[in-house]
Amino acid sequence: MLSVPLVAQVGGTPLETLITKTIDGLALGAIYALLALGFVIIFKATQVLTFAHGAVSAMGAYLVSYFAITLNIPGRWIPDLPVTLQFTLSAVIAIVVAAGIGMALERVFIRPMIGEPLFSIVMITIGLDIVIRTIVGDYIGQGNTVVTGAPWGFLSQWKIGGVIIQHAQVATIIVAIVTVAVLMWFFKSRIGIAMRATAFDQEAAMAQGISAGRIFSLAWAIGAALAVLGGIFAAVPPRALGVSAGTAFFALRAFPAIVIGGLDSIKGAVVGGFIVGMAEVMAGHYLSSVTALGIGFNTVVPYLVMMAVLLVRPHGLYGTVEIRRV
Amino acid sequence: MLEVANLEVVYNDVVLVLRGISIEVPEGEIVALLGANGAGKTTTIRAITGLLDVHEGDITKGRISWKGEAIEKMDPADIVRAGITQVLEGRRIFAEMTVDENLKTGAFTSKSKVSEAAAYDRVMTMFPILADRRSSISGYLSGGEQQMLAMARALMADPELLILDEPSLGLAPKLVQQVKEIIVEINKQGTGVLLIEQNANMALSIAGHGYIMETGKVVMDGASDKLLQDEDVQEFYLGLHVSGERKSFKDIKHYKRRKRWLS
Repeated sequence: MLSVPLVAQVGGTPLETLITKTIDGLALGAIYALLALGFVIIFKATQVLTFAHGAVSAMGAYLVSYFAITLNIPGRWIPDLPVTLQFTLSAVIAIVVAAGIGMALERVFIRPMIGEPLFSIVMITIGLDIVIRTIVGDYIGQGNTVVTGAPWGFLSQWKIGGVIIQHAQVATIIVAIVTVAVLMWFFKSRIGIAMRATAFDQEAAMAQGISAGRIFSLAWAIGAALAVLGGIFAAVPPRALGVSAGTAFFALRAFPAIVIGGLDSIKGAVVGGFIVGMAEVMAGHYLSSVTALGIGFNTVVPYLVMMAVLLVRPHGLYGTVEIRRV
Repeated sequence: MLEVANLEVVYNDVVLVLRGISIEVPEGEIVALLGANGAGKTTTIRAITGLLDVHEGDITKGRISWKGEAIEKMDPADIVRAGITQVLEGRRIFAEMTVDENLKTGAFTSKSKVSEAAAYDRVMTMFPILADRRSSISGYLSGGEQQMLAMARALMADPELLILDEPSLGLAPKLVQQVKEIIVEINKQGTGVLLIEQNANMALSIAGHGYIMETGKVVMDGASDKLLQDEDVQEFYLGLHVSGERKSFKDIKHYKRRKRWLS
C-alpha cells in the first residue's frame, strides 16, 4: 500500500510540526475508525469477524472510480459539475451498490451457515475475501493503479504559519464525525435497538418478533457501506493515487484498532481507530530517524500498541465484560 | 383459541422430546402447564412460538393452530404479529440496554406510534417499579424487577395470548405472590395466559385448567381445583401427604418404588 504522503512536508517549528502531524494522525485515524466500525457492526450483530472487509472496501473504491471516471455518472447528464460534487455523488452510488452487494453476500454465503461453528463462517469470509479481491484485481490490472480522481486536489492545503492542513484531511475527519453521529442516532432508533437486542441475545430478540435474518443483512449492508467509505478515503490523494491491488490490505490495518477498542464496541472502534492512526503517523515522523528500527516501523507500531493494551485490558478498552448484578 | 394436537418434537434429528402432546388454551383464560425438569414444557412453547429452529428442533408430527389457522410453520416474527408472545425462561432481558430500550424491542411489531404509546402507558401503570427506573441499565435491576421487565416487554406487543415460562424462577415467595397478582391482572384485561410452572401451587391457584406433563406426554389434565384435590398431584407437586399433613423425607422408605403416572 502506498502510504507515502504525496505532499512534501514543509518544515516549521517543532510545535507546528506536531500540530501538522496531529491533524494527519486524526485523518488517518478517521479512515481506520470508519473501517473498524464496519468490522464491529458485523461482528456485534452476527458474531462473525469478517475477513472480506478489505476486499469489499477495495471493490467499493474501484466502483467509485468506475462511476466517476469511466461512466462519468452523473456528470454526463449535468454539464460543468464541480469535481468534488461529481466524486461525492458517485461515491454515494458506489456505497449504495456495495451495501446491496454486502446484503447479497450475507444472504447467499453467511445465512445458510447460521448455527454452524463460527470457525467455518470465518473461513468462508476468508474465501470471499480471496474471490472478491481477485475479481477486483482483474479489473484493476496487475500492478496498475486506477485513478479515483482527486476530489480535494492533490496538494490543496491551508497554511497557517508553519502548520499545514490538507483539504482532504479535513474532509476525512468531517465525514468520519458525521458517520459516527449518524450511527449513534441509528442505534437509538427502533431498528438500531432491534439490532443491539439481536446482538445481545438472538433468541430473546426473536421472541420479541424481531427477524434475526433481516438484522443480519442490515448489519452486512451497513458494514459494507462503511468498508467502502473507508476504502474511498484510503484510495484518494494524498493517501494514494488511486485503487491498486494493495487497497484491499488497507482495511486489515484497521485490525489493531478493533482489537484495541474491544471487538464489540462501537465507541471502541472509533477510539481505537484514532489511537492507531495517531500512533502510526507519530511513529512515522519521530522514529523515522532511528535507523536501527528500519524502514516502515510505523506500520508495526499499531500492533505494539495493541499488544500493550491487551496485556492491561484483555477485553480491549471498551469491550464488554458481561454486565451483571453482584 | 390455541390448540396443540398430537405434537411430536425431535431435537437434532434423534432426541424425541415431545411424544404426542395435546393442549388447549381457550381465549382469555389462564391455563397452567406443569411438570418436572425435562418433561418438555419449554419445548412445547418453543414449538408454539416458532423458536425450535434456534435449538435444532423440528416438529415431526401434529399441528398447532391459533384461531383456526395452522401456525407450526410460521416464523417467530409472524407468530408475534399474530398475537402470541412469550416471556422466556430466565427472563432474558437485554442487560446492556436501558429499561425503556428493552420495552421498545417488545414493541418492535407495533403497527403504529399510537399503539406503541398506548401499550407503554398500560405497562407503566401495571408495573410502577419500572416507571421509576426507565433509564437505568436493566442488567442492574433486581431479579424481581427483571422479571417484571420481561413481562412488561412481552406485553408491549399487545398480545392476545401471553406465554410465561417459569415466571417464579428464582424469586422470593413475596415476589412470587406479586408476579401471581400481575398475571391475574393481565388476564383480567383480556389477555389469555399459558403459564408454565414448577410452582404448582401458585399456578393452579390462578389457572382455570391445568395440564401435567411427564417425559414428553400429558399425563393428566383437568380443572385446576380438581387437580389441587388430586392425591397424586398433592403428593408430587404440592409436597403434601395424603392426609394433608407435611411429609418428612425421614418417613419415605428408600426402597419404595416411586409411583409413576398411569403405570
